[in-house]
Amino acid sequence: MVDVAMAVRRLGAETIETVRGLGEFGVFSWRLTDAGWRPPLRIGRLVSEVYDVGVLSLIIITVSGLAVGMVLGLQGHNTLVRFGAEESLGAVVGLSLVRELGPVLTALLVAGRAGSAMAAEIASMVVTEQLDGLRMMSVDPLDFVVSPKAFAMLLAMPLLAALFVTCGIFGGYFVGIVLLGGDGGNYLSALESAVNFEDDVAGGLLKAVVFGALVGLIATFRGFTAAPTSAGVSAAATSTVVVASVATLVFDYIITALWGV
Amino acid sequence: MQDSQGGWGRDLWVGLFVLVGLLSLAYLSFQVGGVQYRGPGGLSLVAVFDEVGSLKPRAQVVVGGVKVGQVEAIHLDRDFRARVFLELDGDLALPSDTSASILTAGVLGDQYIALEPGADERTLVSGDQIEYTQGAVILERLIGKLVQNLGAGPKK
Repeated sequence: MVDVAMAVRRLGAETIETVRGLGEFGVFSWRLTDAGWRPPLRIGRLVSEVYDVGVLSLIIITVSGLAVGMVLGLQGHNTLVRFGAEESLGAVVGLSLVRELGPVLTALLVAGRAGSAMAAEIASMVVTEQLDGLRMMSVDPLDFVVSPKAFAMLLAMPLLAALFVTCGIFGGYFVGIVLLGGDGGNYLSALESAVNFEDDVAGGLLKAVVFGALVGLIATFRGFTAAPTSAGVSAAATSTVVVASVATLVFDYIITALWGV
Repeated sequence: MQDSQGGWGRDLWVGLFVLVGLLSLAYLSFQVGGVQYRGPGGLSLVAVFDEVGSLKPRAQVVVGGVKVGQVEAIHLDRDFRARVFLELDGDLALPSDTSASILTAGVLGDQYIALEPGADERTLVSGDQIEYTQGAVILERLIGKLVQNLGAGPKK
């Protein structure tokens, strides 16, 4: 009897803890967005963060995009050749990249490469009491440190996703046409007639924007609320990658189910 | 600026990054996605078919194999015929006895509308209807007819 009561009590405590965490995240997101809009706009800080998130992710994004496109080209060609439909290779590569793989893989890669670094940086500022130092000088750390990071993520993600997709299309072209000897004109015309702007490209961009906001908010939140210990820094980086990746995949399903992109 | 990366080089790299991203976006939107500016004064025509098969909105409209526009919408008429709205390039001067037929690209390909210009002096303007149409050929019906004809043919 006592055991049952204890179990129920633990369930209740867990639930309260979960809801409290979500609420904290909501309040944090709201305050961050609010601080980001208000003047003074930290353009210099934003550019600096876009450098960290965007420019430093260029190599991983282009190489991964090319590799994914090449795999798609090879797999697609091997499957389509059985039905004598190699000429639709462009449609297969283009649609899967634009609608799914481009935004999702970009978000996963950026969460791993830039999101974890972002969380660790903010968390180490918490540990070394730099954020408290800012507060002491009556500078809001949310406005000065955190919100440029989240907005840089939001800004960079669609651009990185577009770059990923473009690289992937050329990776697929390279394998399907140059290596396996398909027809280049067919590849591009199948691609262009299968992919259209309103459904596919705009949908992919919507996903990239949502994922950018998610990864940026989760990374900054995890860093900002990290425990002020060295273990707290590593925990913030790890949980950023885990939570941001899962959130990306879950929201990918939700967006696809709601708007069919 | 007091940032660690140093003003100039950092700004340049960020500018390049944004430029490359925007170029990829433009490529995806305009080349791959097929956004095109069809200014005011596109030519909209109507064609009525008995049977459109699997013709869909955004299907191509071609003249002599060259794409000149696309299918805007398909509605059912009051007398149960399919009314197809075409959106074509504005500077296209089609003779008024132009005929439209629904064809299929390849064996399993998409269906499209081919326009065959006639010889009339007058040209079609927006809102006109194409008089001569040839609907889609349904493969099953064709085979059915063929089998029937073979069966009814002279027996030796």
